[in-house]
Amino acid sequence: MGFGGTGKRGAGYPAPLFWFRRARTREILTAYVLIAPHMLALGVFTFFAMGFAFYLGFHRYDLLSPPTFVGIKNFARILTDRDFHIALRNTLYYTAVVVPVQTELALFYAVLLNRPVRFRTFFRAAFYAPSVTASIVISLVFIWLYAKQGIFNYLLTRLGLPATIDWLGNPATALPAIMMMNIWSTAPTFMVVFLAALQDIPDSLLEAAAIDGANAWQRFTRVTLPLLRPSIFFVVVMGTIGCLQVFDQIYIMTRGGPLKSTMTINYLIYSEAFENFRMGYAAALSLILFVLILLLTLIQKRYIDVEVQY
Amino acid sequence: MRARGILIYALLLAITVVTFSPFVLSILGSLKDTRSILAWPPRIFSPPFHPENYVRVWRASPLFPVWVRNSVVLAVITVVVKLLSCSMAGYAFARMRFPGRNLLFWATLATMMVPYAVTLVPNYTIMARFGWIDTYLPLIVPGISDAFGVFLMAQFFKTLPRDYEDAARIDGASWFTIFWRVMLPLARPALVALAIFKFQASWNDFLGPLIYLNSPSKFTLPLGLNFFKGQYFHFWELILAGAMFNAVPMLVIFAIFQRYFIKGISLGGLKG
Repeated sequence: MGFGGTGKRGAGYPAPLFWFRRARTREILTAYVLIAPHMLALGVFTFFAMGFAFYLGFHRYDLLSPPTFVGIKNFARILTDRDFHIALRNTLYYTAVVVPVQTELALFYAVLLNRPVRFRTFFRAAFYAPSVTASIVISLVFIWLYAKQGIFNYLLTRLGLPATIDWLGNPATALPAIMMMNIWSTAPTFMVVFLAALQDIPDSLLEAAAIDGANAWQRFTRVTLPLLRPSIFFVVVMGTIGCLQVFDQIYIMTRGGPLKSTMTINYLIYSEAFENFRMGYAAALSLILFVLILLLTLIQKRYIDVEVQY
Repeated sequence: MRARGILIYALLLAITVVTFSPFVLSILGSLKDTRSILAWPPRIFSPPFHPENYVRVWRASPLFPVWVRNSVVLAVITVVVKLLSCSMAGYAFARMRFPGRNLLFWATLATMMVPYAVTLVPNYTIMARFGWIDTYLPLIVPGISDAFGVFLMAQFFKTLPRDYEDAARIDGASWFTIFWRVMLPLARPALVALAIFKFQASWNDFLGPLIYLNSPSKFTLPLGLNFFKGQYFHFWELILAGAMFNAVPMLVIFAIFQRYFIKGISLGGLKG
């Protein structure tokens, strides 16, 4: 997206050269004043902070005594840290399940809502409600729903399943239970992205395909889906970034347990930094997470964000 | 064709039940008494209901009203600060020419890719150095820069016609006057969308307050609810009622401003 020309001002005024020069200086100065608060905060709390994360990654620092340089010791420790291996495995497992399922669900919601149905605003609001709700509320409600004698198990018994599972207390079910909850709450967010993209697809293309004899499914897979590629890329990338950083629900619901079955990378970073005060080690972990996110984004760009033209 | 129509409405209703039932269930649960909320089989649809739970939770801890107030105040300040800085920067990036404009704009956009976790640890260290721990400053000041907000405002300003600005400039108005008197009023739809998004982000934020706030009297409502859960873990009806103090205002705001939410996502998301 380029910027349009900005040179058209006071057109038609035969002004002397010095007037332009002064006006130009004033424009530049005003612009810098306008962007200053944003750029200053960005400079300190994002750019400087990133550099500082890099610095901390090579130091030992407990917030009390000054940082001591330890070389690559933090990174070497990550390689042999069993907790990191568990956290990495859990996080990748979580991401690999949640991203595809929530993307498809979001697309399904959007396609349904994109039809000329009555009460569309109502349905859209009802679908979207979980997305405006705080992680603390959703987590508290689902702790209650997932209880051993809770409503979720009750529904399963009504379906004839023997349901006495302690969903969040069992290492085999705790992470899947949180995945299910987060798919439920995140899919509607991305539904809105797909809805906007679907409304941009020109009817003429779909009509042309219909005239050529394509049925509804063929129109969807051959016309709609390829045109949605940029949105799918956006949703998959944003979903992946979100999943790799899952934290609130883990902290509120399981604290990484039982038996570390819900320990994620971000939870590990939190506990190293704010429970054990190993700021250097936590910074090193966060840099590894950053690299992981960059790598996955690049891979996704390679395979999903392919230019389509008609 | 008719069967197909019925199928679509059936699907829409089924999804509505799935997405909305946890809200209905938890409101019903919040009206039970301590014993029957944990009964097996669950009896949450049958009376008696106890709406006084909402008064009980408000009085259960003297801190509960304080958390609600803290959350409101923090969210309002955050929104005002962000609206100002994002519209200022967005306007400059969209309309003014200055050296380094493209570079700074792309630098801003690139930070949208930086995960929160990376800046979390260093920023905590910086805040500790500033002596800002257990204050609201770490939750407000970094938010002055908001890549998404700047991008959204810039995109919106670019869609506005230049005629008004040109007219004002011929009348001798300065850049500031044009920004404040002409452009900002025109940008109201984008400002409302941004305000709602940022209100939601602050109102729902858990990690920020968790890290930076230590004294219970300074907690925001999400953090307070987690604290409350620890203290009242046998009283699920109170925990659910407390949670509704966070959820219901947000759902009401969403219901009122729905179209701005949708507009904001499509403006800031993809249509570049």
